[in-house]
Amino acid sequence: MYGKGLKPLSIATVAMLAVSLSLVFFYAPLDGDQGFIQKIFYLHVPLAIVALVGFVIGGVFAIAHLRTNNRKWDAYSYVAIHISVIFGVAVLITGSIWAKASWGHWWVWDEPTLVSFLIVFLLYATYYPFRYAIEDRDRQARYASVFAVTAGAFVPLNFMAVRMAQSLVHPRTFATAEGGMPGEMMLTFLCTLVAVGLLWTTLVKFELTAKSASGQVKRLRRALDAPAPSSTSRIAPEVS
Amino acid sequence: MLLPLGAPALPLDEAGKYVAGAYIVFMVLLVVYVAIMAAKLQRIERELRDVAAIAEDRKAEREEVRA
Repeated sequence: MYGKGLKPLSIATVAMLAVSLSLVFFYAPLDGDQGFIQKIFYLHVPLAIVALVGFVIGGVFAIAHLRTNNRKWDAYSYVAIHISVIFGVAVLITGSIWAKASWGHWWVWDEPTLVSFLIVFLLYATYYPFRYAIEDRDRQARYASVFAVTAGAFVPLNFMAVRMAQSLVHPRTFATAEGGMPGEMMLTFLCTLVAVGLLWTTLVKFELTAKSASGQVKRLRRALDAPAPSSTSRIAPEVS
Repeated sequence: MLLPLGAPALPLDEAGKYVAGAYIVFMVLLVVYVAIMAAKLQRIERELRDVAAIAEDRKAEREEVRA
């Protein structure tokens, strides 16, 4: 029953997104240096954090799959990575827009934060062809889990490497030697972080529910000895 | 908070289009995702209708044999 609790979760997500957007545009003060353009920060940074955490969660689910050999965990891992990749696309586009407005360039290659996120994103973009290249479902699930664990371990290492880099070109979002964000900005940021986190959870649950419904139909077909439909996905894991 | 070096604040009319662009991109991605999910849901519904039709045919056949 993947759909259980989806309705209240969706309502909470929509409410939290509405509250967050209101805070961003009507409560949070304008940044002294960047001005109005800094409003992108409230969307871009939570999306990046949730996407990266989502990749790590995908790795944790993959560990559960490798330990138990239960295909349910492979599906969880696949969906977590899938939604995080979509969030990753949003991070790259919103980041580029922010870079263009702040620095006058859509992309800056000597900025470790940007390039490292691109590397992580491209790494996970290879997850789909990697799955697609393996026909046997069991091997596909096992190898995909190994990939998810390895790539999931790379994410925090990559993050730490970037934090240790000395470049100060990219805005630091939390406390530094000069002090942290003002209270109103921090509250707004935390609200948007919770909203984006809820959105990620809702989309994961939504995707799992759809996969479960599809899996139940396939089970029903098998029980009735009915022919399989012509269009079935070779990479998306089945959820029963 | 440290901010980009040498990045003066853009005037509101110019900054507004970038901020709007970023938020619109996010909304468009969400809408595209929902549209893809709607297509998937339609496919599941179609498959379910097929399976229901097969089950009904089988039931009718069984009743015919019994009669």
